[in-house]
Amino acid sequence: MTVKGNVRFIQGNEAMAEGALAAGARFFAGYPITPSSEIAEVSSRRLPKLGGVYVQMEDEIGSIAAVIGASVAGKKSFTATSGPGFSLMQENLGVAVMAEVPCVIINVQRSGPSTGLATKPAQGDVMQCRWGTHGDHGIIVLSPSSVQDCYDLTIKAFSLAEEYRTPVILLADEIVGHMREKVVFQELQTDEIKVRKAPGCSPEYYKPFRLGEGVTPLACYGGEHVFRVSGSTHDEWGFACSRPGNAEKYIRHYTEKIENNRDRIVLTREYNLSDAEYTIVTFGCTTRSALEAMYIARSTGKRVGVLELVTLWPFAEESVMEACQNARAVIVPEMNLGQVLREVQRVVGRNIPVVGVNKVDSKAIRPAEILDKIREVETCLV
Amino acid sequence: MSSIKYDDYLLKDKLPLFWCGGCGNGNVLGSILRAFANLKFKRQKTVVVTGIGCWGKADDYINTNTFHGTHGRALAFATGIKLANPDLNVIALMGDGDGATIGGNHLIHAARRNVDITAVLVNNFNYGMTGGQYSGTTPEHSFTSTSRYGHIEEGFDLCKLAAAAGAPFVARGTVYGITQLDKLVEQALCKKGFSFVEVITPCPTHFGRLNGLKTASLMLNWIKENSVTKNQAEKMSDGEIRGKFVTGVFVDVDKEDYSTRYKKLQQRAAEAVEGGCDK
Repeated sequence: MTVKGNVRFIQGNEAMAEGALAAGARFFAGYPITPSSEIAEVSSRRLPKLGGVYVQMEDEIGSIAAVIGASVAGKKSFTATSGPGFSLMQENLGVAVMAEVPCVIINVQRSGPSTGLATKPAQGDVMQCRWGTHGDHGIIVLSPSSVQDCYDLTIKAFSLAEEYRTPVILLADEIVGHMREKVVFQELQTDEIKVRKAPGCSPEYYKPFRLGEGVTPLACYGGEHVFRVSGSTHDEWGFACSRPGNAEKYIRHYTEKIENNRDRIVLTREYNLSDAEYTIVTFGCTTRSALEAMYIARSTGKRVGVLELVTLWPFAEESVMEACQNARAVIVPEMNLGQVLREVQRVVGRNIPVVGVNKVDSKAIRPAEILDKIREVETCLV
Repeated sequence: MSSIKYDDYLLKDKLPLFWCGGCGNGNVLGSILRAFANLKFKRQKTVVVTGIGCWGKADDYINTNTFHGTHGRALAFATGIKLANPDLNVIALMGDGDGATIGGNHLIHAARRNVDITAVLVNNFNYGMTGGQYSGTTPEHSFTSTSRYGHIEEGFDLCKLAAAAGAPFVARGTVYGITQLDKLVEQALCKKGFSFVEVITPCPTHFGRLNGLKTASLMLNWIKENSVTKNQAEKMSDGEIRGKFVTGVFVDVDKEDYSTRYKKLQQRAAEAVEGGCDK
């Protein structure tokens, strides 16, 4: 991606806002909530300068609705929130899935459930991202572990949203969101910013939900293509349609258009996996402790490797299998009670022990806690 | 060029309308499409946003751009559409359960923000689609499928609500007075800023059946008997006016709409004029 760039020392939340603007986002609707509010604040200052729109809605339900509306009207759109707000967005997230509207939802995770510990970090929304809105569907979720990631993955999120005509969730956390680090604002190549393709067909033939031959382009309201968008089960024209065969076709489509492109969507990072006896599978802020644990272990001669899940959903089944199949044991540290752990267990199977380091006390997992777990597993395996 | 007619906006192959006999929704749809025709709205530049409920199905019959979203959220979707492209004519169609009960918060804030949207809220005093349960506008003492002992809550006066929230155009019509309704809808569509039209409409299938008004004519007659004009209402006491449908235009003032204000904000931002004291 690098050509040349502008180096800054900023906060993760600020980097996500800047990433969105670099990706061409020109519409933000949101509602203030800790620990994501800085994204709204930066957007409110920067968007009007770029001819974009910032609007603070009456709640998160309205925020995501406005984001979806603005996207269909032609603006790359996003919102930012945290647990309670993300819960409120779930119904309309389903509209973006059903109506296949590209948009980006940033969730800077905090401790839950409910109001929880409003200012403290957690990683408890992994499964809510996957299954929070009702009904079967595929979803793309990216998880940043550094401020540079906050910038780069936000840009990536917008590209994926346009490419697959889908909502993309950027699942950050309080630690990454409020951390300050060096970040390089790369100069982007034009092909790195996905621009929505206008439908090539003449208006009378435009079917916004045509299936087959990849993803059908979404037109914009106000252009020559007059079209219908619906959150109800609809046919290829967007008319409500209750035929069972039609429902079957579309509901499978929402899953398949994501899952069938897993190899193109899934991003992972591998550290010292080639000879690893112990594999740590990690994501988000916990990646930082996992890497530190790996370096400490390596310095004492213990062969530890790390697989970072940059894309959380669709799940990196192939990468996880590959990273774990030759390990003596797999460690999954996460600031929840085992949401990714069970996915890893599902993929790896029963022959290799997969154990969690799980914390929900609002404090980051320390490298020492991961190392303790490795030692514990080691003792059991002897 | 031949003149534009209301049925140029109608999806005739979707007829007959799916609503029950005696429902007023078709009449309101007619008023809206006649207004589109009179104002020569371009289909390409028009977006009809609907909520969920009987009236939320209205977009099925309209051939402009449409957006059919979630229950109660039509105005929030419409806000995003309008702010992203202020050149569009954006019309939100909502019912009383939809727009004034689950979506009441969006109604007051859209009015307060003065987003240039026309909201046509069809009020039939109950949730028709789900079997006639009471809504936020169901009159006190009336019967619905969930108030079989008489409703104990007072219903909203939606026009007062919209006016208090700052809407620059607020009106009420009924499906009994179609000529007046045609005019009100057209005036609302011409208004720059948030315009709100409440339409009193019959639901003989549910509300009517439980309240001694089970035919279309009984319900229409009930609406007619209880309708008073704004001028008549001004001469009536509070007691006399209780339970009546006051019709007419209640607010019609000029106010800068949101997009116009935002354009000015963008200019200030471009000149880097930031307020606050942390500079």
